Amino acid sequence: MTTLAVTFSSLTDADFWVSVLVLAGIYAIVALGLQLNTGFTGIVNFGMAAFMAIGAYTMAILVVKAGFSFWLSLPCAMAASMTFGVLVGIPSLRLRADYFAIATIAMAEVVRLIAQNARGLTGGNQGLFCDINNPSNCYTNTWNDLSDSINNFISNNIWSDPPSLLPLLIVIWVTLGIGTFVLMRLQRAPWGRVLRAIREDEDAAQALGKNTLRFKLQSLAIAALLGSLAGFFLALDLRTVHPLDFEPLVTFFAFSVLILGGLGSYPGVAVGSILFWFVLEGTRFIELPDPPFTETRIAAVRLAITGLLLIGLMAFRPQGLFGKRQEMVLGE
Amino acid sequence: MEAGQVTQPVPSAIGDRLKESMRQRPWLGAVGVIVVIFLALVVSKGLHDVAQTGVNGLSLGAIYALGAVGLTLVYGILRLVNFAHGDFLTFGAYMAYLVNVTWGLPLVVAVFWAMIATAVLGLLFERVLWGPMRAKHAGFLQLILMSLGLAFVLRAVFTWFWGTEVRVLDVNVTSTVEFLGLRIGQTQLIVVIVGVGVLIAVGLMLRLTTLGKRMRALSDDLELAETAGIDTRRVINYTWIFAGALAGLAGVLAASVTDLYPELGFELLLPIFAAVILGGIGDAFGALAAGLLIGVMTEWSTLVIDARWKTGVGFVVLVLALIIRPQGIFGKAKAI
Repeated sequence: MTTLAVTFSSLTDADFWVSVLVLAGIYAIVALGLQLNTGFTGIVNFGMAAFMAIGAYTMAILVVKAGFSFWLSLPCAMAASMTFGVLVGIPSLRLRADYFAIATIAMAEVVRLIAQNARGLTGGNQGLFCDINNPSNCYTNTWNDLSDSINNFISNNIWSDPPSLLPLLIVIWVTLGIGTFVLMRLQRAPWGRVLRAIREDEDAAQALGKNTLRFKLQSLAIAALLGSLAGFFLALDLRTVHPLDFEPLVTFFAFSVLILGGLGSYPGVAVGSILFWFVLEGTRFIELPDPPFTETRIAAVRLAITGLLLIGLMAFRPQGLFGKRQEMVLGE
Repeated sequence: MEAGQVTQPVPSAIGDRLKESMRQRPWLGAVGVIVVIFLALVVSKGLHDVAQTGVNGLSLGAIYALGAVGLTLVYGILRLVNFAHGDFLTFGAYMAYLVNVTWGLPLVVAVFWAMIATAVLGLLFERVLWGPMRAKHAGFLQLILMSLGLAFVLRAVFTWFWGTEVRVLDVNVTSTVEFLGLRIGQTQLIVVIVGVGVLIAVGLMLRLTTLGKRMRALSDDLELAETAGIDTRRVINYTWIFAGALAGLAGVLAASVTDLYPELGFELLLPIFAAVILGGIGDAFGALAAGLLIGVMTEWSTLVIDARWKTGVGFVVLVLALIIRPQGIFGKAKAI
């Protein structure tokens, strides 16, 4: 029997851990939107990948094709994503929760299909990326300059050799912190209490004179905003915008993060995301013998871990790590 | 007009009668739309092209319909939105690959083996997952996420054993049959005949046999069926066997006309969901008709728009069905 060896060289590799934390932060932002929708409003949104895609593509297209400045493209892309959320929500939020879930995943696939096939605009299956021959035409330029100056500052004052992704990491986690803080405040405000009333009993909330569709639309629009932010960060992290980065699997992974952290707990989202990605990426350090553990098989094992995690949590601890049982309305 | 006289709304002959019959039989509207689309396509593209793509559509539609019958019964009876159903199709296809290619046995044997194996798989998960979860009164989100987890595990198993490369079953993909001036692939013809034949058998079985009636009764109202003295546990087991076997068959048929890879079933899942919703959740006949319809519409769309957009047809039908008629074309208006 082959013994499993752990390579410690990369355990201390700061670049690697920073990239894992970048990914964890991006997924935590997505899961934050899901927490608002599913955890606190009771609407099961399976279409977060579409909001991310619209955010990332709108930003990149406006910069590359329409010559917008990076900073102007961001609010435009956020607005596009939120508008899309509202347009999709108006007809579909009237539906029962299970229908809504299927409607949103179909809508997300329509968006991905457009990204894949509207080649003139989105670059099709090539995606949008930095062309070496034409670097002026690159949506990451502004960010790269900013990132470099942040890292210069850090290397001059704090840490002599910072990982290249450190500035992105900082921006993502500051965004996540602000998002978590704002949503927690909103949850304690009257607005948040109405959302919970909708989650518990929509008819009762309606009977109290609340326009529940409007509240649900607001919840969905905020999730779309968070989705577009995650989309920007993913685009800056990967340096390309590609249809395969917005598969339904992205939304499902974010759901795993959400469930692990716990439904009905905003701080749980960040913890859940870190745990989830450390487990998934941590498997890279267990050096497995090549036959039978080929590259594809290790990827399969990671998918199986995610699946077993979902099954196990749903069977034995549906409230996740930090969720509260009494906060959990999982549909009837 | 005299006071006290009750004014009767005068039916404006055709318009209101049409509206009334639409309310009574909404599927008439669907048939009307199909006929209009068919005629428009025949006039603009010619009968030959419409028939040729129609045959392709029937083979695709048979696959959707076979997948949708099982999914809709499970959805209707157990209130389980089974995201692992697509991977049941993939499972069936890989089981057929094992028998047909690895062991070199004839495809007919492989088909039966795939159906049996997938039925057993369905029953197995009922025993270890869904039954216990129902006993715990698990909510819909719990079940939906669990089925998603199961889908991941199944796909991981396929990838572990067969890798991500594209595989093909040992079927004749080159020889074609001339029929009324249409050139139809031999395999495709078999898929259409087997698919539609099995669908008719399924329809008759649901309509005529006691088991079929009980399945539909459970799908209508589980508790009422239980009160009426139906052994619900037994019917649920049969439903899984039924759903599994049909999914296995659909998977083999899909792998015969296209290729086999781990995501095969998941890519078919959304159009299958579209058939389930368009047909009305829990309505097996509706799922049959809607599956065939979506398959044909998908292939007809290639006459008008570029073929690379055709997978969008299923999604668009799904979204439109949800917005316009979430109770399905055959369903009666009720709270959705």
